[in-house]
Amino acid sequence: MPRSLPEDPLIRSLVVQARRAQLTRRGMLAGATAAATALALAACAPAGANKLKPASDVSSTDKKMIWANWPLYMDTTEGTGAHPTLDSFTTKSGIKVDYREDVDDNSSYYAKVKDQLALGKDIGADTVCLTDWMVSRWIRFGYTQTLDHSKIPNIKNLNPNLLNIDYDKGRKQSLPWQGGFAGICWNKQEFPNGFTSVSEMLKEPKLKGRIEVLSEMRDTVGLVMLENNVDISGNFTDAQFHNALAVLKKNIDDGVIRSVKGNSYTEDLVSGDALAAICWSGDVTATNASNGDKWTFAIPDAGGTLWNDNFLIPIGAKHKANAEAVMNWYYDPQIAAEVAAYVNYITPVVGAKEAAASIDPVLAENNLIFPDEATLKKAHVFHTLTPAQEQSYSSAFQSVLLGA
Amino acid sequence: MAFGAFSGETVVIEQPRRRSRAALWLLLPGVVYLAATYLAPLVSLVVTSLKTPDLTNFDIGRYQYAFEIGNYGHVIATYWPIILRSFGYSALATIFALLISYPLAYFIGVTLRTYPLWQALALILVIAPFFMSFLLRTLAWKAIFADEGPVIHFLQSLNILPANAHLNGTPFMVIFGLTYNFIPFMALPIYTSLERLDLRLLEAGSDLYANPGSTFLRVTVPLSLPGVVSGTLLTFIPATGDYVNASPQFLGSTQTAMVGNVISDTYFNLQDYPSAAALSIILMVLILIPVAIYLSVTKTEDLL
Repeated sequence: MPRSLPEDPLIRSLVVQARRAQLTRRGMLAGATAAATALALAACAPAGANKLKPASDVSSTDKKMIWANWPLYMDTTEGTGAHPTLDSFTTKSGIKVDYREDVDDNSSYYAKVKDQLALGKDIGADTVCLTDWMVSRWIRFGYTQTLDHSKIPNIKNLNPNLLNIDYDKGRKQSLPWQGGFAGICWNKQEFPNGFTSVSEMLKEPKLKGRIEVLSEMRDTVGLVMLENNVDISGNFTDAQFHNALAVLKKNIDDGVIRSVKGNSYTEDLVSGDALAAICWSGDVTATNASNGDKWTFAIPDAGGTLWNDNFLIPIGAKHKANAEAVMNWYYDPQIAAEVAAYVNYITPVVGAKEAAASIDPVLAENNLIFPDEATLKKAHVFHTLTPAQEQSYSSAFQSVLLGA
Repeated sequence: MAFGAFSGETVVIEQPRRRSRAALWLLLPGVVYLAATYLAPLVSLVVTSLKTPDLTNFDIGRYQYAFEIGNYGHVIATYWPIILRSFGYSALATIFALLISYPLAYFIGVTLRTYPLWQALALILVIAPFFMSFLLRTLAWKAIFADEGPVIHFLQSLNILPANAHLNGTPFMVIFGLTYNFIPFMALPIYTSLERLDLRLLEAGSDLYANPGSTFLRVTVPLSLPGVVSGTLLTFIPATGDYVNASPQFLGSTQTAMVGNVISDTYFNLQDYPSAAALSIILMVLILIPVAIYLSVTKTEDLL
């Protein structure tokens, strides 16, 4: 029996509205359930696990390429923002280079492009420079194209130590761009005597809450492991890794280490929030140049870490030959020296030191750009982790970073 | 109100008319839009949160479809202190924002009512910060509260802070940042409620021998309650999931991580999608519970 509605017109219309709304809500719920089921089924469909095919190269007809790189990693004219070595490359080769400072962090860049990579699609870059361990992951997943060494004759200038790296023997998929050290730095106005080890910094009472360390696990944990006499380039044990991590955790919990950060630690050095840090070699030079000569960088006595950022050509890149032409250009010792003079990182190009000496003899003597044997002896490369190790170590590191 | 209508003789009137098909068709774009932008991501989130690592072919970020409820237990066991902390920070920020915003909104909406020009100007001042990216504003606070910055030096010269004290990276700064960033979201809804406040009701209150405090509590507050409720929700919900203020790049440090930071880090740095998805769902459910209780206590669900 239909229930009677109230007489009052205002209330009646409200009741009618409410009933309608109820009907709609029920209909919506039914629709929603159906949609959810359909989507769940769609989501469960097996994903195709095909081997990825490299994109076809249109370099010969389309004279351009896109290069994604980290900030402050290319010679730049103050004021205009022009990149002299890139401009001269374009003049010589006729290839227009769209240089983008797109990479801020290995993991976040990977997170941004991984879905296109998995489908073999263009990620909007014909070459990108990433750090060793991340390059190793790309190669493992088949996300890179094989380099044609005949198009990169200058590869003969590659530092022989970097040729047969464990993740890419013979450099068929990758090519070093710049390398650097992770070490320690401090404000030399506050601490004129400086430090020689991480633990010395951690023990200094005046530095409590004024130390920052890098969020790059291999560098920060690596330095502490080196101090514990662990060979980070060999097969160390899980316990050795976790011992070093425990040192960091304790100092973070006690408030000795103020923060764990990516490249933005330089801002805290400038603001004075941090007076000392675990940091990257080139950053200190650059920060000193723009904020007054206040900081000193050193490789700890126990050793520092050494890493390289490497060119690779993503699987979906359509301008492979153009990208190879760019690589070849930067393996010319003269060009490599010009870049080194600006970025202050280690060049992988043999002969760049001699070329640099003709530009600026002081530059060629800088051990952080052209390291001598003694400096290189103190630098260690963090050995390539298996995926399972990487997952478990980085999870442990992450939970220390989050204070959990 | 015509309550008498219910007690009178019942009059049978026609049932609500059958809706025409046109109405359904008009509804379609909205439903499709919601399905695509809300339902599909939600389903995908639930499905992702139940995945397990691909053990036969293990590698970073490779997961397979499964029904692994254990993911939820794992993230709760690992991150429960951070989840609690997020709610604590967010609740404190909401309370502070309310304490600051209510007098502000009252001043603009009631006191300045007779000066429309000043009222407009004051409103612009509340909205003005939106003209600049909130990331930049938050970074500016970081510089102001830097160890070598003006605030710390001033407080140290007054001996309020010890010599090596710092503010950046402390819970104080994170709650400060959350409060600051959400004040407009709190102030504007309260302002719209108070702006409509009929001042004659206040006069009536005093005519009935209520003192100003009791008039405020019995007349002004209930009438502005819709604004307060929407303001607190607009503050509390996004503040709980906020990951900017608490991140070490901004005002936080490793000791102040909030659940948003955990989700972002597990997703982007660890490529641990199931954990990130499970945490997102837990956060969503945990926010819904207090919000539902809050709405039923304040009896304002028809606001939403």
